[in-house]
Amino acid sequence: MTTQAMTAGRAPMPGMKVYNLKLGMWIFLLSEVMFFTGLIGSYVILRFAHPEQFAEPGQVLNINLTAFNTFLLICSSVTMVKAYAAIQQGDQQGLKNWLLATIVIGASFVGVQVYEYIALAAEGFVPIAEAYHAVGRHMPHDGPVIGGQLYGSTFYTMTGFHGTHVSIGVLCLCFTYWRAAKGAYTADSLGGVEIMGLYWHFVDLVWIILFTIVYLI
Amino acid sequence: MSTGETHKPPPYMLVWVGLFVLTIMEVFYATLTSIPKIWLAIGLMAMAFLKAYWVAIYYMHLKWEPKRLWLLVSVPIPLIMILIFVVLNEIF
Repeated sequence: MTTQAMTAGRAPMPGMKVYNLKLGMWIFLLSEVMFFTGLIGSYVILRFAHPEQFAEPGQVLNINLTAFNTFLLICSSVTMVKAYAAIQQGDQQGLKNWLLATIVIGASFVGVQVYEYIALAAEGFVPIAEAYHAVGRHMPHDGPVIGGQLYGSTFYTMTGFHGTHVSIGVLCLCFTYWRAAKGAYTADSLGGVEIMGLYWHFVDLVWIILFTIVYLI
Repeated sequence: MSTGETHKPPPYMLVWVGLFVLTIMEVFYATLTSIPKIWLAIGLMAMAFLKAYWVAIYYMHLKWEPKRLWLLVSVPIPLIMILIFVVLNEIF
């Protein structure tokens, strides 16, 4: 493949002045912004309208565990951007190493989230629960009944959709790693790494907002 | 980036440290019971948006993108405002 052919899809285009793949990814991400805004907006409105159905931060959800998970995702963002910086310098090995680190950390995030779901479900906090106790960390199992269906439903919908996005991202990262191992990316042809990075950072960005709204406020 | 302009290497690790510190500050700030709920929410959202801004600017490289892309990216913002504030208006 000639250099011209490799860079053809990445050449700046008239109008938006970005290459087509990146423009397409940005437009996709904007639709994702609206998707998550819909979910977060619904949560905020329901919480204002029915405060009795929602628990205070830390009553049901494990903030420390999720803060650690947030830290993991932040670390995965920096490894992803390091992978991009490596291939910008033509460093093939660096690209593979940083991509692998991103895959491992991203998969760890999903693993911690699955652990959190299992622990919450064991404590009775499931989407269809009409009421549940403030269990686990602060109160005994026969403590006061709090919350309602709306809390569980909105929590699992928002975090579940985000977790699905992370899982899809990990799969796409594996594909990117496979291509990197075959030497598909160079300093002149790194569009695939860049748009993969855009998606991954977006997933991180959404989690930053979700963590604050769902777990801390 | 896309226009082939050269610029200094972005401060990736510095941004990572900033994100880490702000996350710790958020968790600590959320435990403060002496602050009214509204100020707690405003402070937490301010920190969250600052973190999101850093990710978009430095990690997604928006800082070095053409202004037209900025315009495109800002399209959902008024729609988000409408969704949140106008519908909230129905409640109060």
